[in-house]
Amino acid sequence: METILAVVIGGLYAAGLFMMLRRSIVKLIIGIGLLGHAANLLIFTIAGLTRARPPLISESLDNSTGFADPLPQALILTAIVIGFAVQAFALVLIHRVIQTVGTDDLDNMKATDT
Amino acid sequence: MNVLLILPLLLPMTAAILSLLAWNSRRTQRILSVIGTALLFVSGLMLLESVWQNGIQAAQMDAWPAPFGITVVADLFSAIMVAIAGFMGLAVAVYSLATMDRQREAFGYYPLLHILLMGVCGAFLTGDLFNLYVWFEVMLMASFVLMALGGERAQMEGAIKYVTLNLISSAMFLAAVGMLYGVMGTLNMADLAQKLRDTPQMDLLTTIAMLFLVAFGIKAAVFPLFFWLPASYHTPPVAVSVIFAGLLTKVGVYALIRVFTLLFVQDVAYTHMIILVIAGLTMLTGVLGAVAQADFRRLLAFHIISQIGYLLMGLGLLTTAALAGAVYFMVHVIIAKASLFLVSGVVYRLRGTYDLKKLGGLYGRHPFLAILFLIPALSLAGVPPLSGFFGKLALIQAGLWVEQYAIVATALVVSILTLFSMIKIWNEAFWKEAPETPGAEGSATQPSSEVMGSRYLLILPIAALALAILFIGLAAEPLYLLASGAAEQLMNPAEYIHAVLGRRL
Repeated sequence: METILAVVIGGLYAAGLFMMLRRSIVKLIIGIGLLGHAANLLIFTIAGLTRARPPLISESLDNSTGFADPLPQALILTAIVIGFAVQAFALVLIHRVIQTVGTDDLDNMKATDT
Repeated sequence: MNVLLILPLLLPMTAAILSLLAWNSRRTQRILSVIGTALLFVSGLMLLESVWQNGIQAAQMDAWPAPFGITVVADLFSAIMVAIAGFMGLAVAVYSLATMDRQREAFGYYPLLHILLMGVCGAFLTGDLFNLYVWFEVMLMASFVLMALGGERAQMEGAIKYVTLNLISSAMFLAAVGMLYGVMGTLNMADLAQKLRDTPQMDLLTTIAMLFLVAFGIKAAVFPLFFWLPASYHTPPVAVSVIFAGLLTKVGVYALIRVFTLLFVQDVAYTHMIILVIAGLTMLTGVLGAVAQADFRRLLAFHIISQIGYLLMGLGLLTTAALAGAVYFMVHVIIAKASLFLVSGVVYRLRGTYDLKKLGGLYGRHPFLAILFLIPALSLAGVPPLSGFFGKLALIQAGLWVEQYAIVATALVVSILTLFSMIKIWNEAFWKEAPETPGAEGSATQPSSEVMGSRYLLILPIAALALAILFIGLAAEPLYLLASGAAEQLMNPAEYIHAVLGRRL
C-alpha cells in the first residue's frame, strides 16, 4: 500500500510541477492545487498507515488491537481547509488578472519584472 | 499563564473584528487602526520587559500538557521581534492615514493590516511547527489581499508571482513538517529539539532540513529564490510596501534562525556551511541588482535581499556573537528599510514619479526630507555612528573570530556597494538640479491641498523611525545587550526546552 501511495504522491508532484510550468495561469492554479494534494497525501503516508483501527480509544477497553494516530489526520484536515481557502482566493485573483491584463498567458505579464 | 503572551495575538484580532464590524465607517476604522497598533506595540514592549526580567515565558492554550497542547512561547528573540512588529504596525498605520486612498480603505485595508500583524506575531510566538505553518498562512492570506487590493495592472502581475511562489513555499513547508512528524513523532519545537539531540544523525534529517531551508528561503527571499520579490514589492501602495519590506521577509528569516538553531544542529558543518554560502551570494546579487536599478522603489527592493544576506551570515556562523549581531542587525534593518520606503512614498507624492532620472532638486526644496532620507540611507550602508555600523561590526568581528574570511570580505565589499547605491539615490533624487520638464516643475510648485493637510501624518512616522535609528546607533549598548541575551538563549536551547516542557535537557 505504501508503495502505491508513494507512486501516487510522486505522480501528483510531477503533474503539479508540469502544470505550473505551462504558460496559462489557469493551469498554474491547477498545478498549485495538485502540489497541495501531494503534500497532504505525503503527510498521510509518512506518518504510518493503519487499517481499521480507531483513532480515539477509551482507557477501560483492551488496547492490544492498537490504534490509528489521530494527529496526521488532524494536520491534513487543517491543511485541506487552508488549501481550500487559498484555492478560492487564487481563483478570484486569476479572474481579476485576466480581466485586468486581458490575457491568461504568463509570458505577457512581464511588465513588473526586472 | 502569562497574559502578555497572548495579548500580541488578541489585540490585532480584536482590532480586526471591530474594524470589520465598522465596515461602513472609514473614520472608526482609521481610529481603530492607530489605537490597535499602538496597543500592540505597548504589549510587545511589556512582553519584552517580562521576558528580560523572568526568562523565557511559555504557556499551553488548553488543559493538555506541553508536547500535546498548543504551545505559545516567547524567548528574547521572539519578544524583540513582536515589539518591533508593533512599532512597524504603528508607523504604517499612521502613514496610511495620510496616504491610503478611499477606495482601498473602503475595501478593508485596515482589517487586513491587523490580520497581517496577528499572523506575524503568531509566527513569532508559536512553539509548534504546524502552528507556525498555520500562522504563516494567516499572514500570507492577508498579504495576498493587500498585494492585490486596488486591482491596478502592475499589482495584478506582481500578485500572481508573489502568490505562486509563496504557495509553492507553503507546500514544501507542509511536506517538510509531515516528514519530520513521520520521523520524530512530534511537532512541538521544544520536544523536537530534545528528541533530535538524542537521535543519531540520519541522512533523512538533513533532507528535511534542506526542505525547510528552501521553504523558508523562498519566504525570506534568499539567493537563488528571490526573484518574486523585486517583481512584486514595488507594485502595491507605499504603505503596503513598507510593511512587506519591513516585516514579511524577516518572518522567513526568523523561522530560519529558529529552526536552524533549535532543531537542525546535528550536521552543522554541512547545513550551516550551505547557509553561509547562500548568505554571501544573497548579499552580492542583491546589491548588484540594486546598483543596476534606476527606479527608487525597485532599488530599495533589491536592497531588502542584500540585507537578508547579513542576517543569514549571522545564522551561518552559528556562534553567540554572530547571532547577537544578526538579532541586532534585524532590528536595525527593519527600521532602516521601512523608513527608506516611507521616504520614497513622500518623494512620489511630491513629484509623481519613482524614476530617479526624472527626480532631482529635492534637497533644495525639502531639506528636512533629505535629512530624513540620509539617516536611514547612511545607516544601511553602515556609516558610524548609526545603527547599521554596529550591526555590521558585530557580524564582521564574529566572522573574524571563527576565521571565515571569505564571508567577511563579501560583507565589506557589499557595504561599499550599498553606500554607492545610496549615494546614487542621493545624487539623483536630492542633490542634482531638477530636470527641466514642465510637468515635474508644475507638480513641484503646486502641491495639492491634500499633501499639505496630511503633511504631519506623513512626516511623523518617518521622523520617529529616523530617531529610532539614531537612538539604537548612539546608544547601541542596551539593544546589543538584549541581542546578546537573545543569542545566548538561541545557542543554549536547554532553557527553552525547560520553559516549554518543564524538564531539563
